[in-house]
Amino acid sequence: MEAIILQILNGLDKGSAYALIALGLTLIFGTLGVVNFAHGALFMIGAFCAVTLSRILTLSHEVIDPTKTDFLGKPLKVDVPYIYNLVGESAGNVIIDWAVPLSILFAIPIMILVGFIMERGLIRHFYKRPHADQILVTFGLAIVLQEIIKYFYGANPIPTPAPEVFKGSFDFGAMLGLEGAGIIYPYWRLVYFAFATVIIGGVFSFLQFTTFGMVVRAGMADRETVGLLGINIDKRFTIMFGLAAAVAGLAGVMYTPINSPNYHMGMDFLVLSFVVVVVGGMGSLSGAVLAGFMLGILESFASMTVVLETLPGINQIIIYLVAMIVLLTRPRGLMGKAGVMEE
Amino acid sequence: MLGLNKKDVGLLLVVIVLTVFAPFILNPFPEGSALAQFNAGYPDLMQRLVIFGIFAIGFNILFGLTGYLSFGHAAFLGAGSYAGIWMIKLLTLNIVPAIIASIVVAGLFSLLVGWISLRRSGIYFSILTLAFAQMSYSLAYSVLTPITGGETGLQPKVSDPRIFDAALAEGTTPRANFFGMFMNDSYELVLGGWVFTFNVGYYIAALFLVIAFYISIRIFRSPFGLMLRAVKSNQQRLNYTGIESRPYTLAAFVISGMYAGLAGGLLVAMDTQAGAERMFWTASGEVVLMTILGGAGTLIGPVLGAGFIKYFENIVSKINESVLQAWFSFMPEGMQDLVVSIFYPFIGKGWHLTLGIIFMLVVIFLPGGLMEGGQRISNLFKKKSNTDSGSGKSSPAAAE
Repeated sequence: MEAIILQILNGLDKGSAYALIALGLTLIFGTLGVVNFAHGALFMIGAFCAVTLSRILTLSHEVIDPTKTDFLGKPLKVDVPYIYNLVGESAGNVIIDWAVPLSILFAIPIMILVGFIMERGLIRHFYKRPHADQILVTFGLAIVLQEIIKYFYGANPIPTPAPEVFKGSFDFGAMLGLEGAGIIYPYWRLVYFAFATVIIGGVFSFLQFTTFGMVVRAGMADRETVGLLGINIDKRFTIMFGLAAAVAGLAGVMYTPINSPNYHMGMDFLVLSFVVVVVGGMGSLSGAVLAGFMLGILESFASMTVVLETLPGINQIIIYLVAMIVLLTRPRGLMGKAGVMEE
Repeated sequence: MLGLNKKDVGLLLVVIVLTVFAPFILNPFPEGSALAQFNAGYPDLMQRLVIFGIFAIGFNILFGLTGYLSFGHAAFLGAGSYAGIWMIKLLTLNIVPAIIASIVVAGLFSLLVGWISLRRSGIYFSILTLAFAQMSYSLAYSVLTPITGGETGLQPKVSDPRIFDAALAEGTTPRANFFGMFMNDSYELVLGGWVFTFNVGYYIAALFLVIAFYISIRIFRSPFGLMLRAVKSNQQRLNYTGIESRPYTLAAFVISGMYAGLAGGLLVAMDTQAGAERMFWTASGEVVLMTILGGAGTLIGPVLGAGFIKYFENIVSKINESVLQAWFSFMPEGMQDLVVSIFYPFIGKGWHLTLGIIFMLVVIFLPGGLMEGGQRISNLFKKKSNTDSGSGKSSPAAAE
């Protein structure tokens, strides 16, 4: 029982990342009809927004500290972040400590901008081209974005810690009345899960309860008719692309304390997220979210030692295996709609 | 001749001439000159050029003719590599059994993968093949380590059984051969300042390239090839006329898998090692790039694309900052630094950035690849000469 709860918890954070990326992919596919292979790169850019902000915040200048001396007796030079000059030392430390959550504010405008540029500059020209062309051009774009990041930030993972408050783990079992059961869980992963839930809930309620969302849903169902009603649906779909980019970016920002970002993290997640989208059903938002969490949890179950003893290596392939079985038995995925991508 | 029409014989001859004289063509600059770094006439690179040419020709039979975009072809290359290396370890250092085994194993593996994946089409097919390739990669790295060697890969050792060979002396390196001709033996021809290398392994791989190219021409011109094109242009209509398209696509899939296996076997024959990284999905992406860049659906395009990518990968990766400084040294000081810093991200380790940009530009502006580019340029000249001569003849129908 304890082991099961622990594995479900372990699966949640990865599942949240899959769900967030798959949600964005499905949004783009459902609105614009574009298969976006560069979506993983957006996730990665988000993560590097966090890296950039924490670097900006710790930009320092050297000052001579009169109270300290080095071993030769000379006054010691210390690096002082500029932010101390702005808000004072203690407030500055708090801000630096909270760099990752603060990056959310920093990343939203950047990601929306990147999304707009991508859509207006490139993807717009590919609406009428075959899906294979869309896959290929976004694949090329993903390579380019990833190499640009590699050029500026190097190939090594950059550790980006969570705020001090959320470091470490706690006994999750105690909250369920299972003291001493050994269900130890890092705080930040719980934060990530909560964050993902909020974002997913936000996107769904935006689509469900606002006029804008209603028009977008109508456009997804029948683009032509909405256009004939005199609504500029293209503009709204562009905004949805920006939104999807922001969702992927935020997923990346918050993921940095869990896994230090490196330039190929986007591609690593993209392949799996595509599998998630296909399992959930192309074009189905709830399917994408459901499949994301499901596959994340399945993956962590498959890496239990009990399972690995009977089926060695299953944790590496479980997602692909499930994808194959789903595709062969339910060709449209779990919640796919008829008529999507069936030409 | 050989069941080909005049144009195809010409095309085949072009490929034969290019491969036979490649040691000359790829080494246009004298040794020791400033431009010698653009020479690509060394055995290792030439072998890779033709082997990836074979891989791309095979991929093109599937993607170019049927339009099914497979993102998992590297799995077959990897399977072929493993089969080849085991033949070398168990039977003999002669490459013949290795190559036969690699083709057969890759063919069987692609039959299995194709039988399942071809139930779906479009993006679902791409994802299914990708899933298979990633699964093979992960398994080769983890559970199948006794067969695949895991992270270290496989190399022939002196202590291997090799039941057909006499035992090797202790301390010698096992070298792959073809009836006594060693793959890494070369003959160097020195002509003035030029050094041309003729490598045994290269010419054996080139022979396979010519055969592979010939088979691909025959497939393109056959009724079978026509049926594959029908699948690409309108599969639904094909189904309505009462033709089951699956056997045709499956046959194309298996053929292209066997080509990939042959490429894998040849890679093993040349460098006698096999590792799981050959199966990684970026390797599958690379063959897609080669085919698209050269021109999917054309006969010679994929070969050119493979050659282009492998050549520039080698050359561009070798350029470093000091070389750039030397090139632009004619400029004024500040200007030189500026130009160098502009070009710097694209060279050396930045090769993938350059490749990504080239690839995007090709997909955006030249969906037909280099072949379409050549066609457009030649059309431009044709039009010009037509108007110049003022003849009323209509231009001949464009070749497909």
